[in-house]
Amino acid sequence: MEENSVFWEETIQPGAAWSHVLKRGTALRLVDLEGGANVGAIFYNFDCPVERYNMPDTLKAQHIARLTKGFVLYSDMGRILCSIVEDKVGWHDPIGGTSNAKLVKARYGSSRYQEQRNDYHKNGRDSFLIEMGKWGLGPRDLTANVNFFTRVDVAEDGSVSFGPDNSKAGDFVELRAEMNILVILNTCPHPLDPNPRYEPKPVRLSVRRAPVPGADDPCRVSRAENGRGFTLTERYFL
Amino acid sequence: MVGLDLVESKLEPTRAVYSQEIPAGEPWIHPLRKGQYFRIVDLHGNQAVDTLFYNEHDYSDRYSAQDTIQQQGNIYLTTGTKLMSTGGTVLLTIVADTCGRHDTLGGACATESNMVRYALEKRHMHACRNSFMKAVIEWDHGMSKRDIVSNINFFMNVPVTREGKLTFEDGISEPGKYVEMRAEIDVLVLISNCPQLNNPCNAYNPTPVQVLIWNVPET
Repeated sequence: MEENSVFWEETIQPGAAWSHVLKRGTALRLVDLEGGANVGAIFYNFDCPVERYNMPDTLKAQHIARLTKGFVLYSDMGRILCSIVEDKVGWHDPIGGTSNAKLVKARYGSSRYQEQRNDYHKNGRDSFLIEMGKWGLGPRDLTANVNFFTRVDVAEDGSVSFGPDNSKAGDFVELRAEMNILVILNTCPHPLDPNPRYEPKPVRLSVRRAPVPGADDPCRVSRAENGRGFTLTERYFL
Repeated sequence: MVGLDLVESKLEPTRAVYSQEIPAGEPWIHPLRKGQYFRIVDLHGNQAVDTLFYNEHDYSDRYSAQDTIQQQGNIYLTTGTKLMSTGGTVLLTIVADTCGRHDTLGGACATESNMVRYALEKRHMHACRNSFMKAVIEWDHGMSKRDIVSNINFFMNVPVTREGKLTFEDGISEPGKYVEMRAEIDVLVLISNCPQLNNPCNAYNPTPVQVLIWNVPET
């Protein structure tokens, strides 16, 4: 990343939420500061939020059940919301989902702001809904999310398991916005994380200028489906 | 397929209070009351039945693929699976399954995703998302595209490899195979009987399925 292209940097605290309209022509880098972070993420077309990240379309267009460099995130309208242009982790989870209040209470016990102040236990679903509500979105807009930095393995019998030690301190992933996307994030623990203690991790993020992809862009040429996805995305802006 | 636990139902089709054949390419939307049993029959084999469920009293509380996967620790649906909502509600429980495996990850076909997956000129072809849209418009209860989320594909076989690849395997269903569920709360069922002609999921020949409803289990 060229230093002079960075607009700003900030840290998302453990268990916190964040949202931003990431404009076409910019990129968002997420850095796992301590190792073992989890970033739950949902993406919307900010210009028309009923167009949103679509898990099955992302998976079946690219025949994947993991995300890494070279793959893209599709909306339900056949367009590319963002592309993964850098990745030091190698596996990000698109299927495990997010936690809710019941799961967090059952796993980590009761926790209130009254006693614990800002360290009280947050859960992914409520964190998403609160942040989405700030942009006029509600429960009907909640959709399948991505979990950056977490690996979920699927065995032959279909059983899923949390992949330990997937992300190390300093590992990062970078998303290039192909549309003006509303990004909703939180750093709540992954719902399949076997750690019995509530220990969310902080994530450093930075936003920088990123040129729109050229004809030889690796995400565009990685497979014919993505070439058509970029074509449909570019037509939207003509 | 080895390792699949096939469970038959004791319910007699002649005792069903509702029975309807859904042609390929048609939607079907229908409420179920708590305690009713609901069966989908793959009449001709390997037909994809794209299905969504909603809490009948709050449509924003709806089937969630990720919550269902998480709750049971498995991507496949079969007997014993609790179909979970985004709000953590158990919508239905699968009580019988003679197919043995159903898909949570492949979602529905759409005219737009067909353009990405196959060719830009495929946009005109009928797709499940259009059937879903038509059904919720005609249902006229204020539902819209916001309510159409990642659905179940009954009778489809979509495995994930150890390397994290999603594969579309030959079907494991056959004519007459069925899956049966008990409604744990009042639910609304939304089905698109898949019209996809661009891949072999239906052997390029989408076919009718049958849905049945029973009021009480027979013994």
